[in-house]
Amino acid sequence: MGLSTAFRLRMERRRWQLRAIRRRRDLAPVSDRTDLIGKGNILAFLSVRNEKPRLPYFLDYYRRLGVDHFLFVDNGSDDGGCEYLAAQPDVSVWRTNASYRRSRYGTDWMNWLKFRYGHGHWTLTLDPDEFLVYPFCDTRPLSALCDWLDQSGIRSFGTLMVDMYPKGPLSGLSYREGQDPFSLADWFDPGNYSISKNPKYGNLWIQGGPRARVYFPDAPEEAPSLNKIPLVRWDRKYAFVSSTHMLLPRGLNQVYDRKGGEKTSGCLLHAKFLDSLIEKAAEEVVRREHFARGREYAAYHLTEHGRHGLWCKWSERLTGWRQLETLGLMSKGNWA
Amino acid sequence: MTVGFVMLAHTALDRAAQVARHLAAHGCPVAIHVDRRTPMAEFRGLEQRISEEPLITLLPRIACDWGTWSLVSATRRGAAALLDRHPEIGHVFLMSGACLPIKPVPELLAFLKRHQGTDFIESVTIRDVPWTQGGLSEERFTLSFPFAWKRQKRLFDIWVDLQRKIGRRRRMPEALKPHMGSQWWCLSRETLTKIRSDPNRVAVDRYFRRVWIPDESYYQTMVRRFGHRIESMSLTLSKFDFQGKPHLFYDDHLSLLRTSNEFFARKIWRGASGLYDAFLTPRPAGEVPEPPVTATEIDRVFAAALKRRTEGRQGLLSAARFPDPGYDMTPTAAPYSVFHGFSELFEDFPGWIAEALGSTAHGHLFAPDRAEFAQGAHGGPGGLSTSAALRNYNPESFLKNLIWSTRGEHQSFLYGPGDCSGISELLASDSNAYVAAVSGTWALPLLRSGRAIADIRPEAARLQKREAKHLLRLRERQTRARVRLWTLAEFVADPALPLQVIIDDFSVPGAQHLTQMPRLKPMEGLAGFLQELRNAGMSPHTAGDIPEIDRTHTAERIGRGRERGRR
Repeated sequence: MGLSTAFRLRMERRRWQLRAIRRRRDLAPVSDRTDLIGKGNILAFLSVRNEKPRLPYFLDYYRRLGVDHFLFVDNGSDDGGCEYLAAQPDVSVWRTNASYRRSRYGTDWMNWLKFRYGHGHWTLTLDPDEFLVYPFCDTRPLSALCDWLDQSGIRSFGTLMVDMYPKGPLSGLSYREGQDPFSLADWFDPGNYSISKNPKYGNLWIQGGPRARVYFPDAPEEAPSLNKIPLVRWDRKYAFVSSTHMLLPRGLNQVYDRKGGEKTSGCLLHAKFLDSLIEKAAEEVVRREHFARGREYAAYHLTEHGRHGLWCKWSERLTGWRQLETLGLMSKGNWA
Repeated sequence: MTVGFVMLAHTALDRAAQVARHLAAHGCPVAIHVDRRTPMAEFRGLEQRISEEPLITLLPRIACDWGTWSLVSATRRGAAALLDRHPEIGHVFLMSGACLPIKPVPELLAFLKRHQGTDFIESVTIRDVPWTQGGLSEERFTLSFPFAWKRQKRLFDIWVDLQRKIGRRRRMPEALKPHMGSQWWCLSRETLTKIRSDPNRVAVDRYFRRVWIPDESYYQTMVRRFGHRIESMSLTLSKFDFQGKPHLFYDDHLSLLRTSNEFFARKIWRGASGLYDAFLTPRPAGEVPEPPVTATEIDRVFAAALKRRTEGRQGLLSAARFPDPGYDMTPTAAPYSVFHGFSELFEDFPGWIAEALGSTAHGHLFAPDRAEFAQGAHGGPGGLSTSAALRNYNPESFLKNLIWSTRGEHQSFLYGPGDCSGISELLASDSNAYVAAVSGTWALPLLRSGRAIADIRPEAARLQKREAKHLLRLRERQTRARVRLWTLAEFVADPALPLQVIIDDFSVPGAQHLTQMPRLKPMEGLAGFLQELRNAGMSPHTAGDIPEIDRTHTAERIGRGRERGRR
């Protein structure tokens, strides 16, 4: 990397940081329990809008993994989700009615909260439908992973986002609040991910899975990115560039090995494809607050699902992290 | 007789105290050294936890840096304190705060009683050491290292470079031969006493004070001078990763650790309550201990981790593995074959491949309109799409995915100059690729179309150009694929030959000879057609020189080919 590139990237990082700091004014505290955050705690950061049915299982799942505190931005929910979160003992909530799109799909808000509360902590940046799976996650808590990353001098942990879907149309499901979404949506695509490298930020760019296969067969470049770096040992100097796909300084994006080996990595199981998506897609198409003005939602909204929905003959049914490891979707790397 | 433990700790002092109390409960004195950099509050907590234990002593704290003399110094103080205070000690065992006894302490006591006066310490000459990481092996002893590697990295490097430049060679005190080994040992009272009372001690200390990682070499060297019965092995199980950092043990390692022959294991993750509970709780009487096993399974697990981290799984691209160009010597997971031009020559060529070669035979996977998976399926292994746009978006990923998803099941596909051209580079650089090609076959569909030469000519030129480019890449000297190349003229001269060669190349068991030919597609008028192309100003050079032929001739030749096959 030349000096001028380094300088430009540094300026860019500063710009995202300043933007995040300015955006703090969007956020009004509803319940601030950040004084409970202790040294070495693992923190999770999210922004949500009308996701109440998903929250109980989400919190459960990550509490079990060992997340100590959750920091939420509620973007104008009117389903009681904000009140529900405010009542949780390990949750801090800020509320805003500002534009999701203008905060770069929540990235600015997340960057601000991490700037303010994340320094020196292992931080997860998530959506409420993303569930982290890593090697040995059935026997080793998140703190084991973080301790090991610390010992190995690793600051960021990469994942592949794996879209989970049911066998059959979404309209055939009825997700109940608190239910494990993967008891309904338990299928995934095992091997149709296309990978290239983003020369500017050094991150991988991964697309594919059922969304590319079903919604974008004629416009592959528009298929959503599936590379995510949700777990970072945060430092005030860091900033996410877009969602959790890439961040600066760009050394943090090097979560893959470049000499043929495998680094330890995980999967983010994506529970987007539940019956609630039908309604949400209809809403977001009108609201146009999502990435690329909700282009993706337009595709969901307009595409008729067949008898099997996203399911196909080559779909695999989820049995656990070992299966994902064997398929090569994640890797134990050096962690034994 | 008993054994005394020197414990070096700097973090997770609660666990250190837990283990120390367990050892003390079996009558073993423990001397704990806590790094002076550990916060005072944590140290006080440790003091409290062991205040009731007369057998546990805390040593004066010194600041410890990884890889420096301070660790030896702390160890030495601990050993001295134990030997002076407890005359019943026959052996001193060096452990860390993250070590855990994985066999009952009485078993260790009995073992050491049987081996009085024996020193258990891994001690190997530098030449025989495979584990030194980071380039410093012999130089550990010939250069000096006054700087802490972890804290003063720059100074450390500068100083090393400087010494290399001036060719510095420190000399070892006389009568010593440099040895190295795991820093966790168990030495006899006799040997330790002799090392302590070495008349040459001042000079030796001065020397080792500036050696790199003396905790892996001081005792290992001294024991060769003063010990009289050395078992060169460590009683502590420890495994190191590709960077030389110790692997951590977790609850899920319990059964693995139970099969270990060693008495202790390190490092244990501080949160591994399952391990601490399992090994520090007395096992119910009558429970049969596991039979002593060789540690192969443990070795296997950690050797696999090393291989995975450094070499990875061949042919896999993922969020964890994306080799730079030049680092991916075998870009696909398994052998596969590509049949170029054959579908223009034979009816249902995939059917023949499947039968004769036992391979999953796809059609034109890279056809312009869709990916033609075997049996006309609406999708492919792993969830690949038939969409040409998705495939052309990243053709190399498409092919690598296919081969990765079907490991253990040989794949073949048809290819031709009309297909998506994005895989030439991959095929050429891949030693897993087997390419059989008959060049010039692009002419056949054009011939059969019956269209006027003037209409066909631009298309013919386009196809030939693409084919020539593709085959040129495959013929280059640095091509790693296995390539079989015939021109259409050569094929016409002996149509059975390519198939026989393919069968031989695959060495399919039970099918050494070509017994079944696929049905040939009509080729009447080929020579005339090529001549017409020439007349129209194009040179169909990839087809070769074809004499005037008719169908009966060809059929005769095939008959001959079959006969030859049977002989």
